[in-house]
Amino acid sequence: MSEPILVIEGLNGRIAGQQVVEDVSFEVPASGVTALLGRNGVGKTSTIKSILGLIDRSGSVRLGGARIDRLPTHRIVQHGVGYVPEDREIFGSLSVAENLRLAERDQRPRRELIERLFPDIHARRAQRAGTLSGGQQQMVSLARALVNENRLLLVDEPTKGLAPKIVDEVAVALAEAAATVPILLVEQNLHVIRKLADRVVVLSGGRVVFTGSASDLLDDDARIQRYLGVHDAADDAPAAAPNDDAPAAAHPAAPMASIAESTEEPR
Amino acid sequence: MSTVLLLVITGLGLGALYFLVASGLSLIYGLMGVLNFAHGSFLTIAAFIGWEVGRRVSDGTWWGLLISALVGMIVGAVVAAATEYFLIRRLYERHIEQALITVGLGLATVALFEGIWGTDPIYTAKPEWLSQTTEILGAKIPNDRFLLIACAALVLVGIVLFLQRTRYGLIIRAGVENRSMVTALGIDVRRSFTIVFAIGGAAAGLGGVLASVYYGYVSAHLGSVLLIFAFIVTVIGGLGSLTGAAIASVLVAVLQQFANYYWGAGDFVVVIALAAVLLIRPRGLMGKVA
Repeated sequence: MSEPILVIEGLNGRIAGQQVVEDVSFEVPASGVTALLGRNGVGKTSTIKSILGLIDRSGSVRLGGARIDRLPTHRIVQHGVGYVPEDREIFGSLSVAENLRLAERDQRPRRELIERLFPDIHARRAQRAGTLSGGQQQMVSLARALVNENRLLLVDEPTKGLAPKIVDEVAVALAEAAATVPILLVEQNLHVIRKLADRVVVLSGGRVVFTGSASDLLDDDARIQRYLGVHDAADDAPAAAPNDDAPAAAHPAAPMASIAESTEEPR
Repeated sequence: MSTVLLLVITGLGLGALYFLVASGLSLIYGLMGVLNFAHGSFLTIAAFIGWEVGRRVSDGTWWGLLISALVGMIVGAVVAAATEYFLIRRLYERHIEQALITVGLGLATVALFEGIWGTDPIYTAKPEWLSQTTEILGAKIPNDRFLLIACAALVLVGIVLFLQRTRYGLIIRAGVENRSMVTALGIDVRRSFTIVFAIGGAAAGLGGVLASVYYGYVSAHLGSVLLIFAFIVTVIGGLGSLTGAAIASVLVAVLQQFANYYWGAGDFVVVIALAAVLLIRPRGLMGKVA
């Protein structure tokens, strides 16, 4: 088995002096999708931000064997880490083309790939990104990460608040990306996790409480209930989804089988 | 009619000066969140050194003025970039310390300039045409106003082209919106900070040389006086908005001229206008919603 692309040991993260990631250790294999799971507020996004140095952190983070935990964020990204943030964080006042141009780091950015994966975005390249629907904004956010050849993608809740049709499109784009680059994926939608993830890492209270193959977790309802506080509604009818033609801010989150707050604590 | 025209064009000339100072303030605040109270010092040192070099090359001529302007812009850019690099860079996200250090720098440099060039204004020579007037619809307009307006328009167009057509401009526009996401795209946004300071310093430097043409003198307090109005303009226009700064510069200066002429209370009216904007539209004319 090849060396993992990302090795995290004893990672701690703080926001405004508050510890939000506590002694987290796990590995991301050099291929496939590793899902980072957990209930709301357990520190998944903070873990991603700690890896990138977007919040105060300590501990060891190795990318392809090299320490990156002392580097500033832009240097970490330049080492080949693509980032798709929660809530898209596209630049609303810039055009779609400008958003993509800003993200281009490589000498030969993969514009053809973006054009093929996101034809709708390509057609709207002159449009101000802030006027796009939530789904289109998510495509721009994904496209910004995929336009460069990366060694690792950190993707934070890419389907949050999107209609089922758009969720499927996002999943297709991620599946295509995963064929060439390993992905660490924070995701609430168990259908998407089932479709994409090879391995899972579950956080609770800022700590890792489960690591294993995706099937080990997803095929075990009791584990899902224990660690994520939900049952896998794979066979259930999907919940009502928002209309993705509306502007981004109008979308309520409506994942199908999503990980939510639960009164039951993990054992 | 001629009085109104005179006041409007004189106001536009003064507004041009305000804009040259406020454009840098606005860009710096927009990208970095830094309220730069030392900005007036960039203007003053550029005015002094521009004048020193210009008068040695060819005092009171167009050639001398051009040299003054170029030297002023370079000095303003270099001093501003050095200030960012050596002082401000260590204090990002520490707003109180930033304010303290820039206020301190502003006060210390005024004392330094007084030590070097004295406390009295030094009267400057300018090309003869700039001392003359041009009659338009019966109003005798001082020619230097046209120079100020033309220079400010060129600076505005230059900054807009830089922001719209260059990669650094793209980074700055994105950084004004979401600085940490720019970093997360692999871009060293701090390099842009230095560039923005340099651009702001260059505009202020040009403003310093033109202020010496407008007022007819250079003094250690030249920057401090203009800085107050530039801050007012920046707040009224909307912190971080270059277009807002341009519009507010014109509005404030024209209002100031009319109020001065009819009631002798230009400065008071400007402060009232600032208070009104803060009460009615705190984000300014074109500022972002908080």
